Amino acid sequence: MKILVCISNVPDTTTKVKFKDDHTSFDDSGVQWIINPWDELALTRALELKEDAGNSVNEICVIHVGAASADATLRKALAIGADKAIRIDACAADAYYVAGQIAEYLKENPFDIVFSGIESSDYNGSSVGAMIAEFMDYPGISSVTSVNLDDDDIQLTRAIPGGKQVLKTETPFVAVVQKGITNEPRIPAMRGIMMARKKPLEVKPAAEIEILTKSVKFELPAEKGACKMIEAESAEQLVELLKNEAKVL
Amino acid sequence: MSVIAFAKNWNGKFKNSSYELVSYTKELANKLNTNLVVLSIGEVSNDELNTLGNYGADKVVTVNDPKLNTLTSRVYAKVISQLADKEGATVVVLSDNNSGKAIAPRVSVQLKAGMVAAVQEIPVSFNPFIVKKRVFSGKAFGHVQIDSEKKVLTIAKNCFGLVENPVDVAIEDFTPEVDASLFKVQVVEEEEQKNKVILSDADVVVSAGRGMRSPENWAPVEELAEVLGAATACSRPVSDEGWRGHEEHVGQTGKVIAPNLYIAAGISGAIQHVAGISRSKCIVAINTDPEAPIFSVADYGIVGDVMEVLPKLTEAIRNSKS
Repeated sequence: MKILVCISNVPDTTTKVKFKDDHTSFDDSGVQWIINPWDELALTRALELKEDAGNSVNEICVIHVGAASADATLRKALAIGADKAIRIDACAADAYYVAGQIAEYLKENPFDIVFSGIESSDYNGSSVGAMIAEFMDYPGISSVTSVNLDDDDIQLTRAIPGGKQVLKTETPFVAVVQKGITNEPRIPAMRGIMMARKKPLEVKPAAEIEILTKSVKFELPAEKGACKMIEAESAEQLVELLKNEAKVL
Repeated sequence: MSVIAFAKNWNGKFKNSSYELVSYTKELANKLNTNLVVLSIGEVSNDELNTLGNYGADKVVTVNDPKLNTLTSRVYAKVISQLADKEGATVVVLSDNNSGKAIAPRVSVQLKAGMVAAVQEIPVSFNPFIVKKRVFSGKAFGHVQIDSEKKVLTIAKNCFGLVENPVDVAIEDFTPEVDASLFKVQVVEEEEQKNKVILSDADVVVSAGRGMRSPENWAPVEELAEVLGAATACSRPVSDEGWRGHEEHVGQTGKVIAPNLYIAAGISGAIQHVAGISRSKCIVAINTDPEAPIFSVADYGIVGDVMEVLPKLTEAIRNSKS
């Protein structure tokens, strides 16, 4: 079985976000780029499944839609353990466009399972995974917190409000995963980093996919007012404020 | 031209998020000079469907089929698209929750409708159609223009509120064409916590972090939650250590919540935690360290020992009730 993991290239979580060109585009000067945290968890789980002798997963590939500046992040995915990386050479215009590109690749290069993180930490669209499923007419499961493949018997857990469901499905399918899918994201070891240089990083041209939305401008949030401090002994005062000032009680 | 709102039900009942969706789409339909159709999928009683009328739903279409009680996103999306075609709808709106995240992207592809997730308010403009959403995990807002004729939106919890607008409800049955081959996902087992306030639904959340010092010290947190009818939550180190369950972890890689009141006890306020709570209407922080970053995002703060402050707060709330 082959698993394809979708990778987003995002600014490191501690980045101070700024915009340029009169707030119409993201200012990436000085930004450290990383694999989107949820995609990293997805990749880690895919590798765990490959290493588990109890199933037939034997190949893990990662795919990304973006420019050559993302290659360093893709090499990191290879260093973590992916067998091959594919980059669709295009500007990731929006989720529909990205999903459409990945679907075009899948039509020529089928995979049994596609993993995608629940959202990317930059645009928080939470859409690409389920869109890929629809483009491919595959079953898709979202909010996945565990994937098990004992003897290729597929069992997934999906989070529901206040609980979870255990589900069965069949390949090919898309799993949109979130926290819980694995414990810690894998860190590349020295050996992995050396081997990554020899692994294939294929660059493919973009397919014709429509762009349905566009970002027109950005806004930084208004400065928050100062925190009102209350004495540790004056709990009643806080309750009073929460009731009558904040009106949340 | 109409607006379709997909109002999810859970075991035949709607939640506040369903009513917020109706309130939002009623306003949206008014602004677009068109009508609102609210869609319900699964077995829901007419009495329950009528509650949607309190928020302005004058037309409710129901697909009252037990086979559709459990979410299969592929199927739900097909039902929504078929209704959209039937009604000539140009805007489809869902709530940004687990089911919305699974269904909306599929509707977007089926209808070739540009989609924006977790929209914060009524569109900034209609011609061009521009909506505002949070980006960079809450650090900024983005204005996104949808150029396609059809549009799909999901709305962020607590972005609009519940707006009462009582109308009479006309209920219509709808029988979609759904091929059996689309049901490829089966539920084998389901586990739901009973008698506990669900974190993603809660209006009030009491959350605690490493400042509690030990898992044995959680009683004051739970007592405060109980007296407030609140859900309990925790920071990442606490769930990583196994002091509390993963489902309580609030933060960038845990749950992102938007309650009316978030009480953070013994939580320092790292960026990743703040990403999960910045949409709370009101944040109260209790910490021994006056320099803790949590105080720069909190509305009210107490510098003090959580083991002393929490019980005092519980007492004060009990007194204020009587």
